[in-house]
Amino acid sequence: MRSLSRLTTAGVLGAAALALLTGCLGSSDSGSGDQDANRNAEAKKVELTFGSNSVKGGKSSAGATFIQDVLIPKFVAEQKGKGVDVTVKFQGDGSDDEVYKQKLSLDLSNKSGPDLFQIDGIWVGEFAQANYIKPLTDTVGDAAKVDGWDGWKQIPESVQALGSYNGKRYGVPGGTDGRVLYFNKKLFQQAGLPADWQPKSWDDIISAGQALKKISGVTPIQINAGTAMGEATTMQGVLPLLVGTGATVNSDGKWLGNTSQLRQVLDFYHQIYSTGLGDPVLQREAKGRDKSFAEFAANKIGILLESDYFWRSVVEPKAGVAKMADRDAAVGWALIPASKPGAGVKGQDFVSMSGGGATVINPNTKFPQQAWEFMQFMNSAEMVKESLDGAAKITQRSDVNSEVLKSDPMLSFVAEKVLPITQYRPGQAEYPKVSAALQQATADVVGGKSTDAAATAYQKVVEAAAGGKDKVNSN
Amino acid sequence: MTSATAPARGRAPARDVAGLGVGRALGFVAPAMLLIGAFLVFPALWTIYIGVTNYRLTGVEAVSPSMVGLSNYTKALNDALFHNALWLTMLFVLGSAIIGQNILGFTLAWILRRARPVVRRTVEAFTLLAWILPSTVVAYLWVAFYDRDGGTLNGILGTPGTAWLIDYPMACLVVFNTWRGTAFSMMLYSSALQAVPPSQLESARMVGASGWQTLRDIVFPHIRGHVLTNTLLISLWTANDFSPFLLTKGGPNHESETVPVYIYNVALQGGELGYSSAISFLLLIANLLVSLVYLRLLRRRP
Repeated sequence: MRSLSRLTTAGVLGAAALALLTGCLGSSDSGSGDQDANRNAEAKKVELTFGSNSVKGGKSSAGATFIQDVLIPKFVAEQKGKGVDVTVKFQGDGSDDEVYKQKLSLDLSNKSGPDLFQIDGIWVGEFAQANYIKPLTDTVGDAAKVDGWDGWKQIPESVQALGSYNGKRYGVPGGTDGRVLYFNKKLFQQAGLPADWQPKSWDDIISAGQALKKISGVTPIQINAGTAMGEATTMQGVLPLLVGTGATVNSDGKWLGNTSQLRQVLDFYHQIYSTGLGDPVLQREAKGRDKSFAEFAANKIGILLESDYFWRSVVEPKAGVAKMADRDAAVGWALIPASKPGAGVKGQDFVSMSGGGATVINPNTKFPQQAWEFMQFMNSAEMVKESLDGAAKITQRSDVNSEVLKSDPMLSFVAEKVLPITQYRPGQAEYPKVSAALQQATADVVGGKSTDAAATAYQKVVEAAAGGKDKVNSN
Repeated sequence: MTSATAPARGRAPARDVAGLGVGRALGFVAPAMLLIGAFLVFPALWTIYIGVTNYRLTGVEAVSPSMVGLSNYTKALNDALFHNALWLTMLFVLGSAIIGQNILGFTLAWILRRARPVVRRTVEAFTLLAWILPSTVVAYLWVAFYDRDGGTLNGILGTPGTAWLIDYPMACLVVFNTWRGTAFSMMLYSSALQAVPPSQLESARMVGASGWQTLRDIVFPHIRGHVLTNTLLISLWTANDFSPFLLTKGGPNHESETVPVYIYNVALQGGELGYSSAISFLLLIANLLVSLVYLRLLRRRP
């Protein structure tokens, strides 16, 4: 009797839930049809939300401060002049990039989320495939108005790729960056190394590390590894080394598999972390990258592979997260050498990787036209210049760069010497999975696995991620 | 505890409950059933459904996922990281709940049984603090405690520079969770021990029974139900606990990635919602099996 009534209850509930389930399934596709790009174009009262992974006093504080205190008020004032009452809400975030991406994806999959938002250039592909973002000409309509924007002429083609997918523009790129080897000149002096150090091969890096090792309490070399740091491992570790062997993570439509070049990179990691040149614990800690910043600023790390972000936002004397009052005198920088002279991608002696973000418009915004106006306003020469607030930073606009970078030797170095030899990551949707597999491979090596075992395991994961053996290079 | 369901036995058929007809009775429970359906049954069914698709957070599969049958489940069978997570979860449950919280909780209750009320209440209040603090707060306290640079533990032990959370992540988690959950076991055993007739303890002492004999032959039979119920509850809580993420994020290199953390990492870091749903369902089944074992043990009277 009891079990029978229990069954009935379960049945009723199950049926109700199934009805709900099928109802939801049926409706999940509706609403994604084309919307009128001119909806609310004439509205006099407009509300926009701007999403960004930055927050005042925290992550990318300067960016958040600019958006909230300068950009938004100026845009509101400009619109008021046209008789439009605009409110722009800033939706800041201070999370890890991966967490920010999750939040956005979940919002966008429910057709909500901010009207405009900033994303990493490598997410454009997967967001586009998921219809979370659409080509600007679809979202805003009227092709001429988008493609005719005068700003495009100031943004170099390679930088435009940060906001593009399959040859279509999905957003307007922000600035770009470049990677170098930073070194601590004070420690270099103690170790008897030159202040104008420029290694020509990986061996030169190792021998500098060995000289630094003699100073007690110092970690000679810090090159990001492991899964705890996420994409930082790929961008500030594996990929710059990989292009130094002549390989790229994706070439001729195939993903990098277990190749001699990959094993060379892993061997280099092994060399550093098994001989006490690097601190393997730092590589395994959840906050390892932040700690490495603090240690560099405290004169405890000799050589560090990082982007120009490190110079302008980390050890920056006034607003950096790990301020170095004597940055200009104490921090040196050098080009990242290929494994051997001429062994780099395209036969280069020196290599780098670059990344950057883009601002995109939510296809479900109520105000597509006004969002596009905001986007143009934000990327005008005047606003891009103001966003720097006197500091130097490599922006997306050539006209602004030629003016503002002069004052900063490090950033002009990146603009003049690094950007011409740099590489960008592929914008394919599989990239994040391959990147995660590369992080795992370095984690394996730092954790003590052999290079061959790590590379074999990597190959398996990449085959699954790429969708088959024939889409992966191996030798 | 053990007889909570007993009064229902042998009652009159449903139509006579409180003198209502079946229809009206159903009307009364309908709101509750709707809520349970919407917030419990529906998500569970939805998870099962997602678990047989290749649904992802981004990319093509976010728009048009396709049915992949049981391939997510066969993938789990061959997934070394999932096996690793299962093994770590078992270690976590066994170490911190079944052994740690139980034994420490019982010991504290046993010691405090005869302590002065002031002492007992003070100790209870402090222990309970661990249990009522939000797990994020507790987790960050422990992160600071274990920290490599200037952490309290290194200060106490005089082992500067030891990265406990990196070198011994599972041991750290077991100690953390034992500390946090002990209060609950202690409170439960405190009240259970009051049910042991003092006269029997007295006579045990008279016949010269050792402490261990008293525990085994008199105390334990009386609190057997409490022990099983407590073990069931804390095992399930620990198996589903997400706080390892707050301490280690599952790292380093998956060394402390219990199943809930693995599910999170697969779903949200890796974006594989289909696969993570399948694993979630497997975790649900594992928990159900464990509960059944305990319930069977509970029903079997000594």
